[in-house]
Amino acid sequence: MFAGCQQCRLLAWGMEMAKKKEFSQEALKEIETIVASYPVKQSAVLPLLHLAQREFGFIDDETVELIAGVLGIKPIQVEQALGSYSIFHRVPHGKYVIQVCTNISCSLLGAEEILCHLEKRLGVNRDSTTPDGLVTLKTVECLGSCGTAPVMTINDTYYENLSIDKVETILHEVGV
Amino acid sequence: MNERILLKNVGASGSHKIDAYLSSGGYKALEKALRTLKPDQVIEMVKKSDLRGRGGAGFPTGLKWSFIPKGVQGPRYLCCNADEGEPGTFKDRVIMENDPHLLLEGIALSCYALAIETAYIYIRGEFIFGAERLLSAICESEARGFLGDDILGSGFNLKIHVHRGGGSYICGEETALLESLEGKRGEPRLKPPFPASVGLYGRPTVINNVETLANIPYIVMNGPEKFASIGTKRNTGTKLFAVSGHVNKPGVYELPLGVSLRRLLFEFAGGMKNGRNLKAVFPGGSSTPVVTPEHLDVPLDFDSLVAAGTMLGSGAVIVMDDTTCMVRIALRLTEFYRHESCGQCTPCREGLGWMVKVLERIEAGKGSPGDVELLIDICSDISTKTLCPLGDAAIIPAQSTIRSFRDEYDLHIKTGGCPFAPECPATEGSLGA
Repeated sequence: MFAGCQQCRLLAWGMEMAKKKEFSQEALKEIETIVASYPVKQSAVLPLLHLAQREFGFIDDETVELIAGVLGIKPIQVEQALGSYSIFHRVPHGKYVIQVCTNISCSLLGAEEILCHLEKRLGVNRDSTTPDGLVTLKTVECLGSCGTAPVMTINDTYYENLSIDKVETILHEVGV
Repeated sequence: MNERILLKNVGASGSHKIDAYLSSGGYKALEKALRTLKPDQVIEMVKKSDLRGRGGAGFPTGLKWSFIPKGVQGPRYLCCNADEGEPGTFKDRVIMENDPHLLLEGIALSCYALAIETAYIYIRGEFIFGAERLLSAICESEARGFLGDDILGSGFNLKIHVHRGGGSYICGEETALLESLEGKRGEPRLKPPFPASVGLYGRPTVINNVETLANIPYIVMNGPEKFASIGTKRNTGTKLFAVSGHVNKPGVYELPLGVSLRRLLFEFAGGMKNGRNLKAVFPGGSSTPVVTPEHLDVPLDFDSLVAAGTMLGSGAVIVMDDTTCMVRIALRLTEFYRHESCGQCTPCREGLGWMVKVLERIEAGKGSPGDVELLIDICSDISTKTLCPLGDAAIIPAQSTIRSFRDEYDLHIKTGGCPFAPECPATEGSLGA
């Protein structure tokens, strides 16, 4: 509403600048240790993408530039690597990301029923987020937990030997 | 009683801590090597033990090590392949989460043998718990002088780093792993040159699987003869078999190489779930050709399984009962490999997408006569025409299920539907239950 006012525009610009993504002090210390683990700085791309995802929740273009800046490489080099790894979120996601494994061993033991149940229970299709932004439901390839199939992860935690009842208990505990 | 080399500590409380590891004789092999053995003697022991790589290819470890050029100045590296990603495989995770010091000792011995001072454990991105366990174990071990500078006063230095992957199957291929570790796209390199001469950062590099390295302390401690007395000729030692699917007791079993599939499934893994009949088994992960009940007495070792037309692979035994639709299995796995294809080679990138389309229409009852021949054709156009083994791996589910269950494919086409109708109609490429 004060669009015409020079001062307000400056204030808005200042606020925008203030929002610019930066690594926290602790993160920067961690980055120092990470970079020192490799003779070539570019090797730290994957660890820094993991760290950035932990800090900011997802990896947008600004984060790519931030990582490139820290490592002294071109943003396109970070972008190229990023494009070949499925673990990183390129867009914001729900507070809880539920990933259901649908690979062979899990599917043999009912992963599809679990997934269908979650879709009905959460009222969303796979690969989408609930309207309140609480949960993103995704399918995922083999999680390396086939002996305890079916398996899903919520954020970084594995939930194994699932049944529909067990899924309900887990959702209740998590607060979904 | 079967001797356990790899899982001997697993199951004990606090098995991941250094005190538990030391009290069961841990780091004694490292001490023995540093005090009494020359690096070449360690290599010789591993050669004599006939240890073969446990990651899938079964290549002799000692021979692989001998490709590292001698007398080259400058750094050289060891990469531990912990990118366990082959569907059905969950064995390395057990070692890393429950007995991380066993792996560290194996790495330390291997690095001592090969005069390597820097090692990277490339662990798959989802194994956050395993990565944390390894990191704490490295800290503990450095604090006690088993890793770091001047280990046990021997002058040997070793730094081990943990590097988490990004959820890409192809990074389990050793040159893609190196690219990924260098911060690039996980895309396999053209070989030669082989990593032993031009590897990580262009330096000589040895890449070994977790389970392979975890065998080294036993070989050094007990001697190669003792190790070679377990298993069968040229297939020595024990193997971790990761059993999943329709069995009563899925899990990781450590048994001598050469144990029969029958014993593994019925004596150890508790037999078939719900008393149903066995239909098919992937004996070494989803990219090894399926075997049928007539193969139950084939010894599970590298050579016997090759003779039976399949492979030991990673030792991931995926068991399917008679309610399983083999077309769905082929479809789901081909979709997986299409998803994981890095896209460098046209036959793999385009061929797998095409195969998925054909398999989808057969499964949906819309297949036409000639579709199976088309699949066989595409498989032969992918086979051996790619940079890395992913192309050859990816065609195996379809190729081997067509070979063993051709009638099932024909039935889908003839009747215009799947005889094993899914319970959830919304599914696309899933297997039902």
